[in-house]
Amino acid sequence: MKRHLDPVSLFLNIITKVAAFITILVLFFIIAYILIRGIPNLTPSLFEWEYTTENVSMMPAIINTIYVVLLSLLISAPIGICSAIYLVEYAKRGSKLVKIVLLTTETLAGIPSIVYGLFGSLMFVISLNMGLSLLAGSLTLAIMVLPTIMRTTQEALVAVPDSYREGSYGLGAGKIRTIFRIILPSAVPGIMSGIVLSMGRIVGETAALIYTSGTVGKISTSVFEPGSTLAVHMYKLMSEGLYTEQACAVAVVLLVFVIIMNSLSSVLGKKLAKG
Amino acid sequence: MSTPKLSIKDVNLFYGDFHALHGISMDIDENKITSFIGPSGCGKSTLLKSINRMNDLVEGCKITGEFLLDNKNIYKDIEINTLRKRVGMVFQKANPFPMSVYDNIAFGPRTHGIKKKAELDVIVRQALEDAALWDEVKDRLNKSALGLSGGQQQRLCIARALAVQPEVLLMDEPTSALDPISTSKIEELTLKLKKDYTIVIVTHNMQQAMRISDKTAFFLLGDLIEYGDTEMMFSTPKEKKTEDYITGRFG
Amino acid sequence: MQLRENVMRYVFMLAACFSILAVFFICFYLFMNGLPAMAKIGVADFIFGMDWKPLNEIFGIFPMIIGSLYVTAGAIIVGVPIGILCSIFLVFFCPKKLYSIIKPAVELLAGIPSIVYGFFGLIVIVPLFQDMFGGNGKGVLTASVLLGIMILPTIISVSESSLQAIPDSYYEGALALGASHERSVFFVCVKAATSGVLAGVILGVGRAIGETMAVIMVAGNNAIMPDSLLSGVRTMTANIVLEMSYASGLHREALIATACVLFVFILIINLSFSALKRKGAN
Repeated sequence: MKRHLDPVSLFLNIITKVAAFITILVLFFIIAYILIRGIPNLTPSLFEWEYTTENVSMMPAIINTIYVVLLSLLISAPIGICSAIYLVEYAKRGSKLVKIVLLTTETLAGIPSIVYGLFGSLMFVISLNMGLSLLAGSLTLAIMVLPTIMRTTQEALVAVPDSYREGSYGLGAGKIRTIFRIILPSAVPGIMSGIVLSMGRIVGETAALIYTSGTVGKISTSVFEPGSTLAVHMYKLMSEGLYTEQACAVAVVLLVFVIIMNSLSSVLGKKLAKG
Repeated sequence: MSTPKLSIKDVNLFYGDFHALHGISMDIDENKITSFIGPSGCGKSTLLKSINRMNDLVEGCKITGEFLLDNKNIYKDIEINTLRKRVGMVFQKANPFPMSVYDNIAFGPRTHGIKKKAELDVIVRQALEDAALWDEVKDRLNKSALGLSGGQQQRLCIARALAVQPEVLLMDEPTSALDPISTSKIEELTLKLKKDYTIVIVTHNMQQAMRISDKTAFFLLGDLIEYGDTEMMFSTPKEKKTEDYITGRFG
Repeated sequence: MQLRENVMRYVFMLAACFSILAVFFICFYLFMNGLPAMAKIGVADFIFGMDWKPLNEIFGIFPMIIGSLYVTAGAIIVGVPIGILCSIFLVFFCPKKLYSIIKPAVELLAGIPSIVYGFFGLIVIVPLFQDMFGGNGKGVLTASVLLGIMILPTIISVSESSLQAIPDSYYEGALALGASHERSVFFVCVKAATSGVLAGVILGVGRAIGETMAVIMVAGNNAIMPDSLLSGVRTMTANIVLEMSYASGLHREALIATACVLFVFILIINLSFSALKRKGAN
């Protein structure tokens, strides 16, 4: 059906479309550019075990990234999930503790990663004497992604219908049993989507890691040694100015990873919505 | 008889596969109050909403037949926003915009191109006076409309509809969410407005239909069962189903 | 049995207190290490000092504060109109099929690591601006454009959800008065969602002012007052990253103090964000 639009309406109509178009265009341009420039540089030699100045292999960084992801989540996920359980299943709405927890969580979510990095360096690296190490980096990132895990878990728990809880209590199950056997299983997709989202953030993080886990290029043999993750590795390549092509290749790997994580997270999110 | 303001001719309406209105034909007279009654789900609100094409918002809604406003087909010959300007609507639940009282009333006129403050002031005052609300809100024109009471909010919505100077005013159970005092204020107002407007009101409340309307149409399950003068219909209904309904056997 | 229930209850509660603890430690470590330096340098000299010359023990971060504010303002000018309009498009204009493309795209935009944005800025936007405006291509303008892109997803998702929360009755009411779809959307629905949309903008501001890795790639990083859109600029975040690796003594503490100032900015932004969000929810 044709509508006659007055000039104001026509203008408003057009600018929303232009804005959406620009957003999409920018995204596709960034992705296409990096893929087109980066893929030809993805040589097998970049995936060799040894990092040398002649061959800036990203393999050590990939291994280190996996360490850091696992370690951070190992710390952050239990704390985040447990605190969400407290907020949703135990705490009284509007209690003082809840208010403070929510406020601090929001604060954590807004703190820039460089501030986390500095804090991690001051507390873990220096004060707790861990030195530049994967452990210090992971602890820092664990705090950084905590709000994400808490928020998504909270949402997932709230979405579990009360009838499940009533059903379980009605059969004489205790609170703990109800939480672990009934509520958590139905909230798993939502919790997983939060964890996947956090993985994306950890993998992409640079500023919080430079001064906590360092920029060393080799594979760390233990969590007490320094080592650079993929994103830090890319920063190093860029700041040295000699390795633009290799940096581009790392960007491709990062980007592909982020795309996979994002799709995984939204698939999980949809699964939750279906119930 | 004068020519009808609005003529509904053999209208069928479908929501997807659901056949919601079956071949409705009726004429609505100018400067009269016509009420649509019937149990929930009988199609009275649906018919009302198709008169200013609010049903266009419902996905999968299909209409056959004709609605003629002053002999013009509202789905073909009248531009949709012009139609809605000419056929105003008051909703079941008062829906003032989250703006000041003044801006609520001025929204319509501004939309239709009136920019001058002096002109708007006159329109706003007139609309509020017509809706019998002026005295209550004249000192708080610049305060949020959401602070008004439920009844005031509904009269504000009526004033807002009047401010665009419609010819027809559709009211979809305008008092169903209100207390008796607010209800009687709105009924009084409706009676007063009929000298300038053609009013169609959907109501659940048969006493209300009797009190205010000149003509009444009774709907049941998508059919127009009976349509005629209100007094006649409530005293000597022609149809058995109408009688059952108004005597309270169902609905 | 009862004992286990109680023990677990406290375990959950302790976990919930963890975020309080984290914020406490972050404040403690930053301010413990930063405030003494500020006192030594002199608070006014530190915050309003125009010169940053670590070798001469002169530490004034005013150019950096201004730098952060400039690029943030620039990012707002670039990102806010597009972001808000895009969210309006998503909620009120977008066909379902298209939505299922744009929405994941916006989420992806949010997921791209800042180092990748920085890289893109360095090898695409910097040379482009070099050709267009001369100079070395790094500066306020470049950083603003890049940050503007980076804050888009934040603004879009927050204002989208606040627009979605607007009751349909507002839209229907406007339509019934004969207003076009566009007028109903912009002059009633968007207006009703103002505080939520604003919350999105503020969150975007927070992102922009705290962004580090992308900015240092494209901003030029000169620790001087920027005097034009094209002149190089150093933000507070850049200051920390660039010099932390070799700083010692008072210099190092001054960098931590810079983080304190940044932190205070962020706290203010966060508080106004949650205040606005609460207002939007009411």
